[in-house]
Parts: sequence; structure tokens; C-alpha cells
Amino acid sequence: MSRVRRPSARPSELLLIWLAHHLRSARESLRRLFGMPLPTTMTVAVIGISLALPATLYVGTDNLRTMTGRWDQTAAISLFLRHEVDSDTARALAERLRARPELARVELIEREQALAEFKELGGFEGALEALDDNPLPAVLALYPGPDHATPEQLRALEQQALALPEADFARMDTLWIERLQAILALAETATLLLGALLGLGVLLIVGNTIRLEILNRRGEIEIMELVGATAAFIRRPFLYAGAWYGLLGGLCATLLVTLSATTLQGSVSRLAALYGGEFRLAGLGLGGTLAVVVTGVALGLVGSWIAVGRHLQGAEAH
Amino acid sequence: MIEFDHVHKRYPERGEALSDISFALAAGEMAFLTGHSGAGKSTLLRLIGLLERPSRGRVVVDGRDLGALPRRQIPLHRRQVGMIFQDHRLLADRSVFDNVALPLQVMGYGHREIGRRVRAALDHVGLLKRERATPVALSGGEQQRVGIARAVVARPPLLLADEPTGNLDPELSREIFELFERFQYVGVTLLIATHDLSLVARMPYRIMTLADGRLVNDSGGW
Repeated sequence: MSRVRRPSARPSELLLIWLAHHLRSARESLRRLFGMPLPTTMTVAVIGISLALPATLYVGTDNLRTMTGRWDQTAAISLFLRHEVDSDTARALAERLRARPELARVELIEREQALAEFKELGGFEGALEALDDNPLPAVLALYPGPDHATPEQLRALEQQALALPEADFARMDTLWIERLQAILALAETATLLLGALLGLGVLLIVGNTIRLEILNRRGEIEIMELVGATAAFIRRPFLYAGAWYGLLGGLCATLLVTLSATTLQGSVSRLAALYGGEFRLAGLGLGGTLAVVVTGVALGLVGSWIAVGRHLQGAEAH
Repeated sequence: MIEFDHVHKRYPERGEALSDISFALAAGEMAFLTGHSGAGKSTLLRLIGLLERPSRGRVVVDGRDLGALPRRQIPLHRRQVGMIFQDHRLLADRSVFDNVALPLQVMGYGHREIGRRVRAALDHVGLLKRERATPVALSGGEQQRVGIARAVVARPPLLLADEPTGNLDPELSREIFELFERFQYVGVTLLIATHDLSLVARMPYRIMTLADGRLVNDSGGW
């Protein structure tokens, strides 16, 4: 049995032809996408939104993490002193505590000072003036050094502080941060989950789009098979189309995320200013942008690969 | 070039389309395949082009036992067989040039070689001046000539034509057959299915007649 002859050409020449065909397939697919602007735009927009949603959540949790990370360092324990402790004892205690190595800073808020601050907050003047006595205790704000700020160390510090005879009760300001961080961890898991689901969605969108395209071009595919096109040759333009959809969708997603971040920056700055701080929203960054685009291309390729595998069996004799 | 050895083709829904077909077609020979529609002419051609496989029996083309040809090799086999259809099977959204170039692109020819060969093929069928037209702008006879140019552009040793003149008037049909004769003259093997008996009878070529899936008459060969 004689083998079927292939066109005779040198290997280097064949490689060039192969490359040229890839280039042509890629260009042809892109041209076809731009040839039907409305359906392409809609598909790209759906992919873009699907990718932008988890990306936005990621950027959001990432920003919250940097924000709380900064507050972590100012975590403090408020130690309320007994009512009968007078100013001198309180000052002496503050001095003693300042000598401890694990505390970076100790602030004493004396009773008169606390009262003045409380009055300044407003709304309570009347109530306070009705009292003969200052009801507020003196407070020691204990700021641990950066090396002594883990939740366990803070708890240990709290216990020690409570053991002091002058101490009445203590409140850890870190509790809400811990809660926030737990919520953040939850949000990150949710982001991952949502990302996986929406990624699956992108896969299905691209797969279905390519499937329809294959059905539309059934006649053309049959003719290609008749004149001896290999399965790879016929699949190639569809795979490129999937990759293009993914690329355009990924770019659309990064655009959407950047747009949302820019829109939110104003409100965030105002909010930060109310808390007496300054905060710049971080966007996706170069790595994030690349990750979104690469994810888009990969999902597009896999989606079209699945569609092509299911609907283009290649030339077959029945 | 073509050898059928007790070939049967049975479709689950239609029953036996071809029964016990045996014949041989020598290289360089030109033969007509006639019979009523539904007699099995198209099925026989489809077996040669490996669009279908026989239910029983053996088909050998150019020394290749098609039954033993792995699926991967089917495209390579089809490149060696030029196929012409009654409905031309042209791509409506591409120019005449691109339609004819398709087999060469598929086979991985370079740009310049494609241009050279496509123009040579179009020149053969007398359509060199229409290379930029789209198929819909052409008449039926011209479209069929584009189909023929596409079938011969890669210079396959074997040409199959399924009712190539089915939609054409006698004058155009005669031109198409003259074109086929010219290919035969340069050594191409041709098998042409047609029910245009009046035209075929006047030509000095082998005629095989199918009726109900059986080869009932063969003017040449064995």
C-alpha cells in the first residue's frame, strides 16, 4: 500500500508555511470578529463583566487588608483604672509601664481630661453637669511595640494589665480588627468561589459562541474537508477566535476595574479624611492586569477547545 | 487507479444502496457512470472520495486500500482526488480566486506558488478574467467551471464528477465534457456520474450503468 504523498518542500520551508498559516488564521479570526461588531461586543462585554466582578472583589479585599494592616500597628489596649485611683498614682503607674520593653508607648488620659473630651463630643453637657462628681475613670492607652502585637501577645498583655491592683477593666481595641480580618478572609474565599463560578461561565459563553460559529460555517467546513483539510487546519481559526474573545474580554475587565477604582477614589479619600487619614485605592497593578488578561485568554482557548472538540470531529468517512 | 471488489453499501434507514459492485478503472481512463437518480451513482463516488466507507468489500484507489486507511490519512487521500459536484459547493463569501486556492492553502503551499497554480487552473477553464468576482456574480456554467478549477488546481491524478452538467443546457454541458476530455488527454483518470445519456452516447468512452445499486452494464473493462 503506497502512502499518500505530501507536498514536497524542505522542513524549514514547511515551518515557515505553518507559521504563516497560524498568522493568517489569527488575523482571519480577528477580522471575522470585527466583521460582526454587535455580537462580538456583546460577547466580549459579558466576558469582561464576568472577569471584572471577581477582580473588583479581589482589589476591594486587597485594599481593605492594606488598610487594616496599617491599623494593626496602632492596636491598643485601653486600661480603665479604678475610680479611687488618684492622679499621682495614675501617673506613677504610667511611668512604671513605660519602662516595660513590650510597650512602645503609654498614654495617660486623666479623669479631668476625659471629661473635657467627652464634653467636646457634644450632646452630653447637660447630663454631665447634673452630676456632682466626674463619673469618668482615668484611662491608660497601652500601645505594644510592633513585635508584641500578635493577638496572643495582646491577650497576654491584657491579662497582666488586669492583674494590676489599680486596674478596673480593660478593653482591647483589636477585637473589631480581628473580626474585620475574619470577614476579609471570608470575603477572599467568596471571591475565589465567585471567580471559579464566573470563570466557568466564561468557558460556557465562549464555548457556546464558538459552537454557533461552527454551525454557521458548517458548509464551509464541509468544503474544507472535501478538499483535504486536516482536523487541525479546520480547528485553528476557531481556537484563535476563542483566544481573541478571551483577550478582548480580559482587556474589557481590566478597564472596568480601573474605571470603578477611579470612580470610588473620591469617596474613599473623603471617608479616609473623616477618620483623619489618607488612603489611596490600589488598582489591579501590572501583575493583576496581566493575570486577568491571561486568565481571559486561557478561558477563551479552553472554551473554544471544548466546543471544537465536540462539534468538529474532523474529516470522517461514515 | 480504482478497484472495487464485491463492494456493498447499506444504510440503516434506506437499506442497500450498492450491492456487490466489482470493477476496475485503469489509470488515465475516462468513464461515465449512468443510471436513474437513486441508482447509487453518488454513493459509489462517495466511497472513492472516502466520504463514506463500504459496509462490505474492498475499495482500492491508486494502490491505497481505503478500508485500511486510518482516519488521520483521510485528508491526505482527498488531496489526491479532485471532486466536482452538481451544486458546485463554492464558498459564496469568497472570490473565485480564493475558492480555487482553497485546496492549495489546505495543503500548505506558499503564497506565490498558490497564485501561479490558481491562475493556471483558471486559465484552463477560461475564467482568468473573473478571479476577483464572487461566485454569485457568475452564471451556472461559470460556477461549475470554478468548481472544476478547484478540483484540478492541486493536479490530482483522479477526478470525480457527480452530475457536473445537471443544471446546464446542452451547449454548456458539451463544453464541460470537452474540458474533461482535455484533462484525460494529459493523463488524469476521470469518473463522471451523469444521466445525460444523449451526450454520453456520442462519446467514445466506457459507460457503466447502475440500476438499484447493481452494476448492470459495463461497456469496457473486464
